[in-house]
Amino acid sequence: MATERVDSVKTYAAVWIVLLILTALTTAVAYVDLGAFSVVAALVIAVVKMLLVALFFMHLRHSTHLTRLVVTGGLVWLMILLLLSFADFMTRGWVGVPGR
Amino acid sequence: MKSWLLTKDHKRIAVLYLATVTLFFFLGGAFATLIRVELLTPQGGLVSSETYNKLFTMHGVTMVFFFLIPSIPATLGNFFLPLMIGARDLAFPRINLLSWYLLVIGGLLALFAMLAGGVDTGWTFYTPYSTTYSNSWVIATALGIFVAGFSSILTGLNFIVTVHRMRAPGMTWFRMPLFVWSMYATSLIQVLGTPVLAVTLVLVFCERVFHIGIFDPALGGDPVLFQHLFWFYSHPAVYIMVLPGMGVISEVISVFSRKSVFGYAFVAFSSVAIAVLGFLVWGHHLFVSTQSVYAGMVFSFLSYFVAIPSAIKVFNWTATLYKGSISFATPMLYAFGFIGLFTIGGLTGLFVASLGIDVHVTDTYFVIAHFHYIMVGGTIMAYMAGMHYWWPKMTGRMYPEGWAKLSALVIFLGFNLTFFPQFILGYLGMPRRYHVYPDEFQVLHVLSTAGASVLAVGYLMPMIYFIWSLRYGALAPANPWGATGLEWKTASPPPVHNFDEAPVVTHEAYDYSTVMGEVIEVG
Ligand code: HEM
Ligand SMILES: [Cu+2]
Repeated sequence: MATERVDSVKTYAAVWIVLLILTALTTAVAYVDLGAFSVVAALVIAVVKMLLVALFFMHLRHSTHLTRLVVTGGLVWLMILLLLSFADFMTRGWVGVPGR
Repeated sequence: MKSWLLTKDHKRIAVLYLATVTLFFFLGGAFATLIRVELLTPQGGLVSSETYNKLFTMHGVTMVFFFLIPSIPATLGNFFLPLMIGARDLAFPRINLLSWYLLVIGGLLALFAMLAGGVDTGWTFYTPYSTTYSNSWVIATALGIFVAGFSSILTGLNFIVTVHRMRAPGMTWFRMPLFVWSMYATSLIQVLGTPVLAVTLVLVFCERVFHIGIFDPALGGDPVLFQHLFWFYSHPAVYIMVLPGMGVISEVISVFSRKSVFGYAFVAFSSVAIAVLGFLVWGHHLFVSTQSVYAGMVFSFLSYFVAIPSAIKVFNWTATLYKGSISFATPMLYAFGFIGLFTIGGLTGLFVASLGIDVHVTDTYFVIAHFHYIMVGGTIMAYMAGMHYWWPKMTGRMYPEGWAKLSALVIFLGFNLTFFPQFILGYLGMPRRYHVYPDEFQVLHVLSTAGASVLAVGYLMPMIYFIWSLRYGALAPANPWGATGLEWKTASPPPVHNFDEAPVVTHEAYDYSTVMGEVIEVG
């Protein structure tokens, strides 16, 4: 535990600046009309930012397999929530209900 | 006093929890009493409809969030998980104390809401009623549950880390008592599920206070989204409530039939399987919402899979009894009660998980009976089994066996008289959450209220003799049941650091050949 490696201040500063740029990019993209792709663009940027924070600021890059398993587990559980919820929202017209 | 309020000893914190959840149990019981008295007559004259709505809401909120969720994990789990794996404490003793304070703070907030005027949304807080229409103390109650949720998360986190890092030398994963496995599985659910409840309550807050459209269709939201988010937590939460009970039952069945649990690995893994599968079925609570029929079919199908690991446990406990040397001590009586009542509750779960039947019985007393068979007939029976089984270890005193057996019997009879009529009531069409009902239902309601009175007597008896035993009970030996767990290899009650010398484990969990000399009475 005590041997956990930490990145240099320079790396942290660089990651921070990239995060700021990405934030600006999100804002900029919001002003461009991409149709359905607005959401896609916003989400892609958000995922990249999330990965940067997890890998660098939360030290996932240097973590044990168990820690990575925990993080992956959290993501998988989020996918369960989204997937099964959308199994409802996306399919409301598929099968009719008599009398409704 | 101060030494208790600042203690970092997991055993003392367990006792603090025990006192806290017991208070909430009697508060919730008081609400239940009022409900049952009101339902004696079809006219609904005792309280107004508004008050009745508040009574069943506050009963549910108190019992679920402030009693059942913390009950077994935070009391018996806190006390015995470290002992059973040969550790000196939990991994994070300070966080353990913090989690107790969070439960108390959350409880006080909820209590404040109840005293200030109460809350009337049902324990499920369905939108848009909870966000737009209810004029009761929704926010204060939700905040209380939010805070108590963090207590639950921290307890789960603490247990997971403890099991991974604090096991005594030789205590391999497959030598752990099954109670520890079930606590581990429960902790996974607490950590993975509770944050979603917290988020959901925050969203309710945002819509109710700032009118941000999330659930209210008038604001562009979707009310069924609330049900998805709520049940994503709350179906797994029903397993937070029952898995620890299953762990207790595995211990008790083994000790009092003096046999290793049949199919140990299957029982251990079935706990983890329940924890995972429990997250895939929440939509069975949404069958009659506007959830799509397609999703309804998927969730119905998946719901049947949860029954498999539960059934594995029931069959394996039964197989453990086979050719065992069974003694009918009080914990064992409660364990028998658990197996029967849990089976009825679980099987009726399958009834309501099938789409067609659920349309008929949803939101009726059939559902009420279903979940009370599991939460009261299952979890509270197991809690009582565990309390009696470990009381000598926790306090150093024996409870009076005769009275205890009597109370087990009274509780079993009172329970069935209370809740079996509710299956019939529901099947005949009595909706839940109404206090005015057609005359023909009165007989069944009166039977149920009569049962509730018997049940109340049954719960008061242990309350009295447990307190009595603290002073007058016979002194407990270190291992009164001839059990194999490490918790029985130290004094009753255990010293502050649990073990005088650090234990080294050389045997499987339930190897009774190792305690032959200690067996006091067999048969
Ligand atoms: C094992 C422990 C279980 C507990 C503690 C439990 C608890 C509950 C609770 C609290 C409710 C009512 C929620 C409400 O509407 O207020 C409920 C409803 C339901 N339960 Fe269970 N349950 C358990 C097991 C099962 C199983 C194994 C199944 C099926 C596989 C199941 C299927 C259902 C269904 C479908 C409903 C919804 C019924 C309706 O609202 O129409 N339950 N259960
Ligand atoms: Cu459920």
